Amino acid sequence: MSRKLLLEHINVPGINTLEVYRQKGGYRAVEKALKTLTPEEIVEEVKKSGLRGRGGAGFPTGMKWSFLAKPEGVARYLVCNADESEPGTFKDRYLMTYIPHALIEGMIVSSFALGAKVSYIYVRGEMMPQIRILEKAIAEAKAAGWLGKNILGTGYDLELYVQPGGGAYICGEETALLESLEGKRGNPRIKPPFPAIAGLYGCPTVVNNVESIAAVVPIINDGGDEYAKIGIGRSTGTKLISASGNLVKPGVYEIELGLPVEEFIYSDEYCGGIANGKRLKATVAGGSSVPILPANLTLKYANGEPRLMSYESLSEGGFATGTMMGSGGFIAFDEDQCIVRNTWNFARFYHHESCGQCSPCREGTGWMEKVLHKIEHGHGKMEDVDLLWDIQRKIEGNTICPLGDAAAWPVASAIRHFRDEFEWHIKEPVKSQSQNYGIANYANPIEKAPVTEEK
Amino acid sequence: MLKVEEQTPVVFSSELLAKFDDVKSRYPEDKSKSALLPLLHLVQAEYLWVSTSAMDKVAEYLNIQPIEVYEVATFYSMYFLKPQGKYALEVCRTGPCCLVGAEKILNHLENKLGVKEGEVTADGLFSFRGVECLAACGFGPVLQISPEYTFYENLTEASVDKLIEDLKNKS
Repeated sequence: MSRKLLLEHINVPGINTLEVYRQKGGYRAVEKALKTLTPEEIVEEVKKSGLRGRGGAGFPTGMKWSFLAKPEGVARYLVCNADESEPGTFKDRYLMTYIPHALIEGMIVSSFALGAKVSYIYVRGEMMPQIRILEKAIAEAKAAGWLGKNILGTGYDLELYVQPGGGAYICGEETALLESLEGKRGNPRIKPPFPAIAGLYGCPTVVNNVESIAAVVPIINDGGDEYAKIGIGRSTGTKLISASGNLVKPGVYEIELGLPVEEFIYSDEYCGGIANGKRLKATVAGGSSVPILPANLTLKYANGEPRLMSYESLSEGGFATGTMMGSGGFIAFDEDQCIVRNTWNFARFYHHESCGQCSPCREGTGWMEKVLHKIEHGHGKMEDVDLLWDIQRKIEGNTICPLGDAAAWPVASAIRHFRDEFEWHIKEPVKSQSQNYGIANYANPIEKAPVTEEK
Repeated sequence: MLKVEEQTPVVFSSELLAKFDDVKSRYPEDKSKSALLPLLHLVQAEYLWVSTSAMDKVAEYLNIQPIEVYEVATFYSMYFLKPQGKYALEVCRTGPCCLVGAEKILNHLENKLGVKEGEVTADGLFSFRGVECLAACGFGPVLQISPEYTFYENLTEASVDKLIEDLKNKS
């Protein structure tokens, strides 16, 4: 069994209550941080841990904290990003449902480190049950003196509030989230200024993902150096992976970074293999935005070495033969799944979720959706594949926020690795309505490195 | 699309206004506009949708222009701008749920309820729609029912039938 830092006690009955959470050592990190450490020392521990943002970008959390401006007499804010909306990702929902105090404890320690007196947890509106769970847990913590005025007699005051979103994927982007928290449409802001300088209400603000904040608890309890010993290379610690799709045991797993992808998919400790005895055709390893890979490139690099679940290993080979860790949303496709249909589905998602601010994204996502709909429904032309390629290239890098890239990459990677399947749909407009292209050679050992010439 | 038209004026109950006050207290005094999204959720929980007259009242309460409320209510997908069924069923229709049969569930609902997506059944009890990822991909297909947002996982056609019967019997 691998080491568990966040989900160690997830199966303990009543772990969602303060009482049981305390019995299992909960809130030790608050005591240690507030009574024995200075805010600077906490930031230093988080830096030493090598923790990287768990929301998708993978930016080092300690470094993000150290950028926070501290002008005299100006409020500073910590905002937790619980707007989990990336298709394939459901780890934060899981954590908040079953062990809400882990997030609250992390929020107290992190708020103290950053000098925030008021902090918000921005939860996507659809998660009303989780909002109710968090509010109850916050009330419990406050009644026990872990929140409010003069916590543990240290003179530190903190109020913690839960803010519901309104249903918008874009609010997972940190500046859109801040706009939304200010009661506006979730249109991302132009950066700079970054939130660390001018965030919520124009004040210095740190926005961190749920899992990143929960990870601060074991980092403070055991020390940053201990945390950094887990994992591999620059991918330190443990990571929650949301596993979905055609797996025997989909669900949320805590892994030590560096676990071989093959072990994650096939071992009984994790996903237990592909459901219904089928074969693996493809995976999306880090949430819907990251490049889709055929089974062979999922398990091994182009040179045949095994691929691991780490930031570096998943991106080995760049976009030509690799993908990204992203948010850890691992989606498995069995041999009966249609890549064209899935790409159309994702394109529809991004079109629906584009905020409409930047024309390449607003127009491009809708255009891609229409072209993909055409191909999927047997009306495609051969030049449509190149047209899709052209549209996605014109979106990527040309928008204020990364939603444009997130919409472009799934389309680009599907064409890059599954072009044959797109062309089959076009050549066989009737057959493709009742049959699937199947697994073809997507699980075969790679004979040579795929062509990388594409710009 | 939002139609700004004359609607029956709305009077918020004192219980609802007390909830508004509680939400407003979470923000700095001059930043009460932050309460807008939570307030619209409270309105929707009370009336099952958000009418323009209710939005005007919210604007008045927060001391902002009505357009500031309209632009928010139309941006976010959760706010119903027209009346829904007493139980508004929302089925996730995004990639991972489709790998495990979400499209079948949507088709089944259409047949079972005898209405198209977005329409309300004659008895006023049900409406349904497909929504984007609900962050429960490992337990798909999934649906949620507003205004409580109770959640149902690993759906089958049979479990959906049972759910609908249970809701019918409840009301």
